[in-house]
Amino acid sequence: MSCWQTIQDYGLRSIGIGVNLLPKSDFTLCQQFTLIGSGLIWNVYFGALALALGFVFATSLALAKSARAPLIRKPAEWFIFIFRGSPLFIQFFLAYEALQMLPRAGITLFGLTIETSWTTRAWAGALFVLFLNTAAYAAEIFHGALRSIPKGDLEAADAYGISGWQKFRRIEWPTMLRLAWPAYTNEAIFLFHATTLVFFSSFPAFQQRGDALYYANYFADKTFNPFVPYPIVAFYFICLTLLLTFGFGLVNRYLNRHLPSNQKSRIRLRPQLIR
Amino acid sequence: MFASCADPKSLEGLTWLLCYLTSGKHLDFYWSFLTVLLLLAITAPVALAMGFGGAMAARSAFLPLRLIGKGYTSMVRGVPDIVFFLFFVIALDQAIEWSVHQIRCPDWTEPIRNGLEFRVCPQAKVPLSSSAQIWHQAYGFALAIFTFAIVFGAFAANVLYGAMNAVPRPQLETGEAYGMSQGQVFRRILLPQMWVYALPGLSNLWMILIKATPLLFLLGVKDIVYWARELGGSKTQAYEYPHPDWRLWYFLGLLVFYLLFTRLSELVLGRIGARLSRGQATAAGEAMRKAGA
Repeated sequence: MSCWQTIQDYGLRSIGIGVNLLPKSDFTLCQQFTLIGSGLIWNVYFGALALALGFVFATSLALAKSARAPLIRKPAEWFIFIFRGSPLFIQFFLAYEALQMLPRAGITLFGLTIETSWTTRAWAGALFVLFLNTAAYAAEIFHGALRSIPKGDLEAADAYGISGWQKFRRIEWPTMLRLAWPAYTNEAIFLFHATTLVFFSSFPAFQQRGDALYYANYFADKTFNPFVPYPIVAFYFICLTLLLTFGFGLVNRYLNRHLPSNQKSRIRLRPQLIR
Repeated sequence: MFASCADPKSLEGLTWLLCYLTSGKHLDFYWSFLTVLLLLAITAPVALAMGFGGAMAARSAFLPLRLIGKGYTSMVRGVPDIVFFLFFVIALDQAIEWSVHQIRCPDWTEPIRNGLEFRVCPQAKVPLSSSAQIWHQAYGFALAIFTFAIVFGAFAANVLYGAMNAVPRPQLETGEAYGMSQGQVFRRILLPQMWVYALPGLSNLWMILIKATPLLFLLGVKDIVYWARELGGSKTQAYEYPHPDWRLWYFLGLLVFYLLFTRLSELVLGRIGARLSRGQATAAGEAMRKAGA
């Protein structure tokens, strides 16, 4: 079987397109590359969606945390503390158990029946946890950036009579993003790394449609040889990291475009490992 | 544990709960919290030492050593740590068994990697299949500690390398001007001052290390996650203490444990930071000086 055939068979295996049966013996390097790469689709799915949704939520959380009214500030502080202070691993377990407790038949609300069984599936449940988690981490970054907006900028806005939504939209938010961007880039990278945890999160892989680590583990289990599949995963993630760094770097350039070159903030990769 | 718990089926309410929470398995569960603390207590200094070594190597004037140091520090950057955890444990295990095999069974003719199998001679199994259960557990735990130390050592090396470079250059030059040797400058000037720069990174690392401890479970150690799953699962009437699926409550307990632990660490690290900033030429040190004066 040629490698091209393998790619056609297994390239989209993780989303249920292609040959159903996974290879059982005589594993080729091509098969491992293809299947693990196909699993990566899920990692990208989790990472990209959680990041996009989390970004919006994180902005509101950061604003809530900077609010003066304790009724708004306190819940945001607690939310951030809980999600940053506990392991993502435990959060996954907890969410899974909690979602399992929802009634099987669905919830009836005002005559409408809401299905609940999909919430315990990885694509929804794990995504939800990742979304909340990244929102908490990003909110802390944004909150720090909000606090370090130069005083002069805000005073200038006041002097020009800009206030309220206008002030936020035109002064605070862009500056916050600009200041937070290097840290946020790291957050994004490590969120993508954290998507590998989904494999262990007890959210089951439905019909062997798993993420990159699922297939890597499959191969490692079958061949008793970790020296091929895990480096493949590592390779894919290094590529992903480089891609992310590049993309976020472009945005960073855009955010800093008005500044003289010696004041531009540069992105530095910082270790953040597990959450 | 208590005499009144002899017949759990007859108990009700609070006494039942008390007996339930002090059953033998629950005591194992409480001990496993100590396992986590033990892992932290061993890993943190070892990782710090490895990080220190890595940072020193990365600063070395000798090229091969510098390459090793740099390679070590950048090793964990692009790759998810989980991959390392999974990879290292198996790789280490196989490496150890392979070397023992070479020593103990030099005339073993069959190939070790035979198709899909990894087979060494029975004398080379680590630990020997005849040894007691406790040794298997200890071996697994040791492998886990080593893996943690390598991965976190790389991160610590990153932080310490940055901190060593952050110490103001004139300070070192002053030392040289007084006629100190390179070693003396390092010991007397660089080393005492670098910690204040390293502390934010190291505290971050400590928090991450705390939050990485549930991964012990993945490495096959019977840690708190293992017991929470074990004890929380629904128990039928065949068990002494039948109950429905309570895993949610057990994980909630773990969550609270971690929250308390990270909060406590934050407070302690804040104090250490204040202590280290005293008399330093940093913004925090300056603020303290002004407040004191």
